[in-house]
Amino acid sequence: MDGNSSALNKGLGESPGAIHKDPDVVIFGFWVFMMSDLIFFGVVFAIYITMIGATAGGPGPRELFDFGSLFAQTMFLLTSSLTVGIATITMKHQRSQGSFLFWVVVTLLFGLGFLTLELLDFSDMAAKGGTPQRSGYLSGFFGLVPLHGLHVSFGCLWMLVMIAQVLAVGMTDLVKLRFLRLALFWHFLDLIWIGIFSVVYFGGWVYG
Amino acid sequence: MAEKSGFAAHLRTYLTGYVLSVVFTLAAFWAVLALGKENKSVLLLVGLLGVAQLAVQLKCFLNVTTQREGRDNLALILFSTLILLIIVLGTAWIMGNLAMRMHTTM
Repeated sequence: MDGNSSALNKGLGESPGAIHKDPDVVIFGFWVFMMSDLIFFGVVFAIYITMIGATAGGPGPRELFDFGSLFAQTMFLLTSSLTVGIATITMKHQRSQGSFLFWVVVTLLFGLGFLTLELLDFSDMAAKGGTPQRSGYLSGFFGLVPLHGLHVSFGCLWMLVMIAQVLAVGMTDLVKLRFLRLALFWHFLDLIWIGIFSVVYFGGWVYG
Repeated sequence: MAEKSGFAAHLRTYLTGYVLSVVFTLAAFWAVLALGKENKSVLLLVGLLGVAQLAVQLKCFLNVTTQREGRDNLALILFSTLILLIIVLGTAWIMGNLAMRMHTTM
């Protein structure tokens, strides 16, 4: 890392700048966060699994799940994982700032598309009587799937912040390092989604 | 094969990961829709496809390697996975056993 980071940390003293100087340490620290988030997701998955079948006479997976919408959501998120990867290599190989921003915006649009489909899906479920307070099963479902959606929302917010930072200060080392962490986070959310469609939707549907 | 760290090579890695992920996703959707209505063992196939897709994405998207410079990351991921499996499988085991002994429907 060069002088950019120390300039941005002006007034914070020696140590914050020094911490930012080793990108490997910063990235490893972010992995530690993601793995703790993984354990958090794991606990909520465990609650969902124990609640399969506990529908208390309310609607279950076979009445509520819409696999067409699920497939579209899966493809949106998977494709956004590819486009954020393309943005990363565009950045690594120092292509133009314009093409980098283009791929970030494409990723953001896929993320927003995913959230829109997910919210439509939730409102369809609610229309069929599938609300969180209806049964233990639905509480388990709405504890887990919207938790992932919340992560995606914050990922979208983070993307907007990165776009603003690139426009304001350009592709400095600090901005690049922040974007690398955003890309990791975004790929990680797609990993969680594999667990959600396999366990929550398919597992729930087959056992429901 | 050109230089291994070029733009095209990186792009190829991401595209390979994407295509494989799409194939595994389609296979999982097909398995559940075609066979899942009566057949509970289809979940085993779904699980295997899910693990395969996780492995592909970790390798192609998240650049997790078994090379020496990536060992710290790998150790962290494997340890976290161990904790995750203990929590999730342990919970399913204990609560499933309890439900069976209490004669509740699961």
